[in-house]
Amino acid sequence: MRVRILGAGPAGLYLAILLKKADRAHDVAVIERNAPDATFGFGVVFSEETLGALRDADPESHLQITDTFARWPAIDIHYRGRLLRSRGHAFSATPRKLLLHILQRRARELGVELRFDTEVTDAADLDADLVVGADGVNSLVRGTYAEDFGERVAPQGCKYVWFGTDLVLDAFTFIFKATEAGLVQVHAYPFDEHTSTWIIECPEHTWRRLGFDAMDEAESLQACEALFAEELQGHRLMTNRSLWTSFLLVRNESWHRGNVVLLGDAAHTAHFSIGSGTKLAMEDAIALSQAFLRHPRDLERALVDYELERQPVVERFQQAAGESAAYFSRVEQYAHMDPMPFAFNLLTRSGRVTHANLAQRDPQFVRVLDAWFHGGVPGAVAPPPLFAPWRDLRNRVVRATAEPDRMPELARSGAGLVLAGPVATTLDGRISPDTPTLHDDEVAAAWAGLVDEVHASGAHAGVLLTHAGRRGSTRPPARGADLPLREGGWALIAPSPIAYAPRMPAPRALDADAMNSVRDAFAVAARRAAGAGFDVLELDMGQGYLLASFLSPESNKRDDDYGGDLDGRLRFPLRVLDAVRDAWPEDRLLAVRLNVMDGTRHGLKLPEGIAIARELATHGCGLVHVVAGQTVPEAPQADYRRGFLTPLADRVRAEARVPTLVGGYLTTPDEANTILGAGRADLCLLEVPDTDLERQVLAAPEPATAAALA
Amino acid sequence: MDVGIGLPNTIPGTDGRVVVEWARRADSGPFSTLAVLDRLAYDSIDPFAALAAAAGVTERVGLATMIAIGPLRNAALLVKQAASVDALSGGRLTLGLAVGARLDDYEAAGVDHRGRGPRLSEQLAALRDGEDLGVRPDLPLLVGGMAGPAFARMARYADGYAHNGGPPRTFARAAASALAAWSDLGRPGRPLLWGQGYFALGDDQAGAAYLRDYYAFTGPFAEKIAAGNLTSARAIRDFVRGYEEAGCDELILFPTVADLDQLDRLAEVLA
Repeated sequence: MRVRILGAGPAGLYLAILLKKADRAHDVAVIERNAPDATFGFGVVFSEETLGALRDADPESHLQITDTFARWPAIDIHYRGRLLRSRGHAFSATPRKLLLHILQRRARELGVELRFDTEVTDAADLDADLVVGADGVNSLVRGTYAEDFGERVAPQGCKYVWFGTDLVLDAFTFIFKATEAGLVQVHAYPFDEHTSTWIIECPEHTWRRLGFDAMDEAESLQACEALFAEELQGHRLMTNRSLWTSFLLVRNESWHRGNVVLLGDAAHTAHFSIGSGTKLAMEDAIALSQAFLRHPRDLERALVDYELERQPVVERFQQAAGESAAYFSRVEQYAHMDPMPFAFNLLTRSGRVTHANLAQRDPQFVRVLDAWFHGGVPGAVAPPPLFAPWRDLRNRVVRATAEPDRMPELARSGAGLVLAGPVATTLDGRISPDTPTLHDDEVAAAWAGLVDEVHASGAHAGVLLTHAGRRGSTRPPARGADLPLREGGWALIAPSPIAYAPRMPAPRALDADAMNSVRDAFAVAARRAAGAGFDVLELDMGQGYLLASFLSPESNKRDDDYGGDLDGRLRFPLRVLDAVRDAWPEDRLLAVRLNVMDGTRHGLKLPEGIAIARELATHGCGLVHVVAGQTVPEAPQADYRRGFLTPLADRVRAEARVPTLVGGYLTTPDEANTILGAGRADLCLLEVPDTDLERQVLAAPEPATAAALA
Repeated sequence: MDVGIGLPNTIPGTDGRVVVEWARRADSGPFSTLAVLDRLAYDSIDPFAALAAAAGVTERVGLATMIAIGPLRNAALLVKQAASVDALSGGRLTLGLAVGARLDDYEAAGVDHRGRGPRLSEQLAALRDGEDLGVRPDLPLLVGGMAGPAFARMARYADGYAHNGGPPRTFARAAASALAAWSDLGRPGRPLLWGQGYFALGDDQAGAAYLRDYYAFTGPFAEKIAAGNLTSARAIRDFVRGYEEAGCDELILFPTVADLDQLDRLAEVLA
């Protein structure tokens, strides 16, 4: 096979080595426009699992590469004048120049032809059985067939610049530096006995305020050395084309077309803050060479196999890298946090590290984190964050149920707060005839019995108080939601007379009198809830029900004081909140279930949702239960990926500075501990699916067994 | 988990009598369900016609569309067709619906591709109100699709989720979204989870060629689907096990070669 590889970076060289190793008869040439010793950037990082793959693929180069390694187990976090160190991680790094040197030598040894200083201007000129684009982020090969590859390239994250330094670090080091212009971060790590990589980044607005946009390389070097003089401890920064830039996120729907295939950064990039570009590139080379071993005579099949193997892996890394880049873009929003949750938030930013697996790597760090949640007494041993008290709740587990009769059982299961609902203020505020209510004193008395049972198990009881608005008068949800009652329905109300879903009747627009009576009904129901002994009242401004439908321009088309801009749309929900706050005992928690975005083009956006949360807090709301969507049934941006509400709760908590409750189908304690530990929410709504295991464990013994034991 | 088999109604050139005989044999095999795919602008047999024929020669096996492209059809006629197949089979139909993936099906039907999602929702609401048109009130409905709005639609109107195929981990991810949407819409319990895969036992060529052709509209992705064709007993057993572990309730294996021998061989593998 005649193979022409464009680009002599780690991906291209390593592929050449592996192909040639597999079959010396292959004619393999690597073509590079730069000189053999020209390299940009400083060190490259590897993880332990990659090293195993390199050893299996080519033991000779593996040995040489690992011989050059700087290895370290720690991550240092410099934040607000403190140094927090997490141990138990396994990083290694090597000078990029040295890595390339080893790979070049190994390739030559195997008979690969290396052509340096050779400019290729048209990928179509390469005549070969297989053409490989390993030519980096600005790939010529990719550009030539951009449409076939389905190329997407976009900037991601902060502005950043890449330096070296002669300060030798002994940990992967993050520095968060407060400046007058905002927070500036350093990502630094050692890569040999004399040198470390020193990457500086900050959001574009900070970068402009610091004047970096107007500096040349020398001026920027000087400014950066001055900015980090203390941390550099008298050492200097070194440049190598150290220009400020934006990271480019490269994605391609397909990584091959015909006999042309993309490898490494040419095919995909992952933000440098998770340090995996070289790792992914070399793993690509391994996968591609192995695909040829499996399908030696079927090029198309081999290239498909390569994609099938690598694309899911790369997607996961790009997802994690995207989370990480987004974290660093808005990290100044977290600059008020205490050091322990701040550090844990940093360590778990990409979604790959959780409370449970950090506890394995670094038990001391997690012990201190857990203890911090329990008051931080030195030497304390405490359960994980989920079991830390919050206000007067015994723990941070919230369980919700639409069936009142299940409340005692959920309280017995150990939850801190059992949330019943939705519960309607009035009969015509119900979602379906099955919706429980607080519409008269008689039902309030029945609630009191359930609340007593919850209290008897040590839990607190909450009630989600709702008015269904235009989503009312539907059938019970066994066979579907938003299906109108065929008979016995009731008239619906809403800010504007727009039906919610197909076949549902149009609601009547509320007039001033009707608004007053809705508000009064909320206040009366709140008083009944207080009388029934509920500890927490959650006012429903979520998911298209009456109060939420005022907040959204999708459902609120009013031209009076209660529509229009955000102030107008918020006016009636705030009046209700004020009335409920007056009716609800001052010492008890008043929460709001709030839609913070609609997921539609013209609907409520997250920044507005955050502004609303801020406003609610000034009106006595002590907890925002963050939800999204369902304002209209067909929301194009509806999203049900794992943990879909967590980033929203995180932003509300960080930016509105209000405690948050988050759900979104969280089913494991580890998910919750990670969210709570990182300060992305204060309480977690857990859903615990039935399992066969539990059924077996809790089943009564079979009669025969029982008899045998008797 | 139950395992069903597909009818070869979308394999070009398949003799209609083979489809009928396929149904007859499936009824006496280890299969829980006999399912069909749906394509308009393609050499294929209409899904409801195929299931009606199958209803006539079977007694036991469940019948399912996996999926039928709802918005290509007039809502009332769709409801009527589904109710009719259900009646002819003595109430054995599970109706899976989705918007489909091919623009040319919409062009062939003369139906606007835009607005297909909301139109499917209207059809689902109509099915839930379809007693006047003869729909059994407890007719099971599945909805398919990978986008967020499809999961919301499934959770709002259906009894379960119909996945569109791929390795077990892809199914597991979609199933997690289905469960999350179900909970978000306040539905009690959990949705039924249906999955699907392609097979051609002992055949590396014809089946893959069919899949490349059937999925040609996806561009290079067709090659990946073809590479996923299950061609050995072991591949099928691994696939079945993977789906079971991922929480699948019903897995449908669709043939990619319309040879009755394929049905018999699959029956042996599953026995």
